[in-house]
Amino acid sequence: MTGRAIGGRHAVIAHYVALLVLAVITLMPIWVMVSTGFKNDVLVQQKEPVWFFFVPTLGNYEHIMTRGNFDGYLWNSIIVGSLSTLFTLVFGGFCAYALARKEFRGREFTANSTLLVRMVPPAVLAVPVFAMVVNFGLNNDLAVLTFFYTALNLPFAIWLLFGFFKQIPVELEEAAVIDGASPLQVYFRVLLPLMKSGYAVAGIFTFRIAWNEFILALLLTSRKTRTLPVGAAGFITDTGVEWGRIMAMGTLIVIPPLIFTFFAARQIIAGMTAGAVKG
Amino acid sequence: MSIRTLSPYFFILPAVAIMFAGLVYPVLQAFYLSLFDWKIGTKFNDAPYVGVRHFVRMLTDDNVHESIWVTLRFGFWTITIEMFLGVSLALLLEKPIRGASVFRTIFILPLMISPVVVGLIWRYLFDARIGWINYYLGMIGVEPQVWLGDPELAFFAIVFTDIWQWTPFIFIIVIAGLQALPSEILEASKIDGANWWQHILFVKLPMIRSILLIALLLRLIDVFRALEVMYILTGGGPGRATELLSLHIYNRAFETQQLGYASAISVLLILIVFGLSFAILVAGNPMKEKSDI
Repeated sequence: MTGRAIGGRHAVIAHYVALLVLAVITLMPIWVMVSTGFKNDVLVQQKEPVWFFFVPTLGNYEHIMTRGNFDGYLWNSIIVGSLSTLFTLVFGGFCAYALARKEFRGREFTANSTLLVRMVPPAVLAVPVFAMVVNFGLNNDLAVLTFFYTALNLPFAIWLLFGFFKQIPVELEEAAVIDGASPLQVYFRVLLPLMKSGYAVAGIFTFRIAWNEFILALLLTSRKTRTLPVGAAGFITDTGVEWGRIMAMGTLIVIPPLIFTFFAARQIIAGMTAGAVKG
Repeated sequence: MSIRTLSPYFFILPAVAIMFAGLVYPVLQAFYLSLFDWKIGTKFNDAPYVGVRHFVRMLTDDNVHESIWVTLRFGFWTITIEMFLGVSLALLLEKPIRGASVFRTIFILPLMISPVVVGLIWRYLFDARIGWINYYLGMIGVEPQVWLGDPELAFFAIVFTDIWQWTPFIFIIVIAGLQALPSEILEASKIDGANWWQHILFVKLPMIRSILLIALLLRLIDVFRALEVMYILTGGGPGRATELLSLHIYNRAFETQQLGYASAISVLLILIVFGLSFAILVAGNPMKEKSDI
């Protein structure tokens, strides 16, 4: 037993070292972005990399926030992200509840189709969506973008929430039904309070997709309705890339997903692994 | 019909309607648009009907073939390396240790940040003039390379970026799978005298094979959906060296402005992706069973 304990201690140290190396590899590129955003042009253009020791400047941030339409991009991103998340959670929650709890004709078909449409490639949507926008004159409308983000997010949200509904004991509902509660009352009074963490995870995934999405936003928005990722890509011009500014913008875009990750990593991982591990 | 039998339909109706209008209808529309020779800037009503001519053209279109070939090569290299690295690391590091959650938080970061940002970061790192990769390779005597300007090197760059972004995903879900294995069986195999290799090859890997299969299929589907990172990193170039099928469709539609032809290629893409998705359904749709998920 002692021999194993000693080997065990070495193994633990090796384990930490390996994890540390992997963590550095993972974080390094992100740090490159964050640090570059705080560098002046001379440092950015210099060939020799500077990791930590330089005098940080807010020049890039000042530039992107005062010139261009940063406030507008930020506001658009927040609006589209929050609204599509709200709609996804409300309608996705209803749908997941029915799929998890009710027996009805077409249940299996709906469940399978939901999984199938989750895989629709954004590139396939690009041309038809462009056609709809042109033919129906829907251009430059944040509502259109909100609608498509809701549609894109619903399948995965339903899939996640389905799993959470399944974990709630049926007896709770049955008791409520015996007490004379209607289906809506059961949903809102009995289940919703128990589904908080489920909605939190689904909400994080939904908001993140909407916040990060680029290709549909590029097609569906113009100067006034642009979202942050589209605004960031705008710093790539024919004459070159303004690296300091674009990295500052990238850093700002990354902040919300970063916050979610730090506060809800466990739940996010549970969401990511739900399908693969438990399926 | 009582309210009880109808109520499930009220619950699913809004979501089903939105998914139909936002996902199913555009896919059907892609089929329809593929029959017309429609160009950007012209009215759709003026676009001539060409029947299946776009599909016939696709059979002999070297650009489409090249893009499919790039996608397959990209998928082969990224998935092979990601699965190998992710599974090996998970097997080595599965044991729960203190602080593991901190590391796990770090490992999901590449998956949480915007693909646009991922593309930008790596475009900077691979930059020929000021990129850090050239600098550090220079320190060990490697000449500076124009990474994103050379077909082979650009392909390497997108593979490398994808591996950085997605290996942690495989790592994390395999660890979750390994830690969920019933300990009695693992103990039994140890008592039976299986050595470390036998233990992994004949006990652990077979027990997580469904996770591995689904992870593989999900990654494969993603290879066909991927577009944003490459759009920023290389734009598909140089030439078509990094133009994955999704990006090819986008460039066809909005660079060369052939909306109808791009739709025809979309139809091909959707068939591929749905084929792979059916495989997932067969491998196990978590919503199909009534048993707990």
